[in-house]
Amino acid sequence: MKAQVITITSGKGGVGKTTATANIGVALAALGKNVVCMDADIGLRNLDVVMGLENRIVYDLVDAIEKRCRLRQAMIRDKRYNNLFLIPAAQTRDKNAISPSDMIRICDELRPEFDFILVDSPAGIERGFRNAIAPADMIIVVTNPEVSAVRDADRIIGLIEAEEKGPVKLIINRFNLSLVKRGDMLTSEDVMELLAVDLIGIVPEDESVLVSTNHGQPVVLNHNSLAGKAFENISQRLIGEEVSWMNFDGKSDFFGRLIRLIRPGRS
Amino acid sequence: MQIKGIKDGILVRLEMDEWDSQRKELIDQINAQETFFKGAKLALDVGEQVLHAVDLGQLRDELSEKGITLWGVLSESSITCETALMYGLSTQLQTPRVSSTRNSGGLPIEGEPALFIAKTLRSGNKIVTKGHVVIIGDVNPGAEIIASGSVVVWGKLRGLVHAGAEGDEKAVICALDLSPTQIRIAGKAATTPKRKGKPQAEVVKIQDDHVVAESWRNKGRL
Repeated sequence: MKAQVITITSGKGGVGKTTATANIGVALAALGKNVVCMDADIGLRNLDVVMGLENRIVYDLVDAIEKRCRLRQAMIRDKRYNNLFLIPAAQTRDKNAISPSDMIRICDELRPEFDFILVDSPAGIERGFRNAIAPADMIIVVTNPEVSAVRDADRIIGLIEAEEKGPVKLIINRFNLSLVKRGDMLTSEDVMELLAVDLIGIVPEDESVLVSTNHGQPVVLNHNSLAGKAFENISQRLIGEEVSWMNFDGKSDFFGRLIRLIRPGRS
Repeated sequence: MQIKGIKDGILVRLEMDEWDSQRKELIDQINAQETFFKGAKLALDVGEQVLHAVDLGQLRDELSEKGITLWGVLSESSITCETALMYGLSTQLQTPRVSSTRNSGGLPIEGEPALFIAKTLRSGNKIVTKGHVVIIGDVNPGAEIIASGSVVVWGKLRGLVHAGAEGDEKAVICALDLSPTQIRIAGKAATTPKRKGKPQAEVVKIQDDHVVAESWRNKGRL
C-alpha cells in the first residue's frame, strides 16, 4: 500500500482547513480506507478538538520527529473508525520545531501502511506552510467565496506552482446560495475564473458544522447535513468516483448545471 | 589595424590596403604578440576588400599553423562574404537580438526586445523590468508589473501595472479585459471605474496629460 499525501491549506485563516481535514478524513475512513490525519499547525493545534480526540493525546508530532517516542505512539486511533488515526500537533512548540524534510520523512514512514495521509496546514505562507506542502502529492486549497480569502488562495496557488507541487484542487467552503442569488456573494464561477484550478467540492454554509465541531463530532457523521454530504462527495471524488454535483436548494437543478458548465474549464 | 576583444574571441579590423600587404601586416602583428594570439578565435573585418577562395584559404591555413582559428569574416563586399560562407565561416558576429523585417516599401521595421511570459500572474507575483512586457494569461489582483516600456496582457488585467516606469509617457498598456486595481503610465496613475457590459480589448495611454482608456476598435493612432 502506498499512501497518497494530501495537504489541506488556504493561506487565510478561518476558512475551514481543519474542518475539511477532519471531515474528509472521517469520510474516507467510512469508505473503508486507512487514513491518518496529521496536524501540522504546531503551536495552535485543533484538529484533535474537531475530531473529538483531545483527551487521548499523550505524544505528538514533534515528539515523534525528535524521537522522544515511536511514531506509532503518537498516533491516536479514532473512537468511531479503527482505520482512522490522528497525529496531533505539539501545543507548546512553534513551527520552527520541524522542517520540511522532517515532514517528508514522517510521511514516507507512514506511506506503506495507509491509503491517505491528510496534512492539515497552518494559515500563512511561512515555515509552517512549507512544512505542510513538502510531502504532498496533492494539495487541496480551501477558500470561501469572499474577496480576501480568494486573494490569499491565489497567492498560495502561486507559491505551490513555484515549488512545482500539485496537482491543486479547490474546495469552496461556506457557500451561501441565497446570498449568491441576491448578488451579494462571489459566485463559484467568479472564484473559479480567477483561480483557474480544478474544483473538487463546494460546501454550503451550514450551522450544523459549527454545532458538530463544538461536540467533536465531524459533520459528515450527521447524515441530515448538507455540508456533511458535500464532504462525503469530496471524499468519493478523491478515491476516483464520479459524483454528481449537488444542488443546494433542492428546488432547481440550476446550480448543478452551473457547476457542470464551469467545471471542465481550465486546470 | 584595430584589435578588439569580443564575446566570441578577437576581432581584427584591417585598414584598407592591398591584400598582400594587409595579410603581411596581420601576420607580423600576430608574430609580435604570439602569446596573446595563441589559441585565439579570430574574426576579421576586411571592409571592402574583395577576397577570393585562394586568398582566404591561404590565410586560414597560415593562421591555423599559428594555432589560431579563423571563424568569421566581416565584409561589405558580397564576393568576400560568399567566399567566407563557402569556407563555413561566419559573416556576422552574432545573430542580432531583434531581427528587422522588410516590408514591401523596403523600409526596415525595427523591433524592441520584450519580456514574454506565457503564464497567469497570481497574487504576490511581481515583475520588474527595463523594456516591454507581454503576458499571455491573466494578471490577478495582487500581482504587479513594473516596466519601463509598454505592457500587453492577452488576458484579464486585474492587478497593478506601471508602464513607462522610468518616465516614458509614450508607453501604453493593452489588455483583453481591463479591470486593474490600479494603472500607471510614467508619473500618472488611474483606477478604472467598474465596467458595465461585456469586456473588450482596450488600450490605455497618456493623452493631453491624462491617462485614458479606449477600446481597441475605436483606437486612434498609437
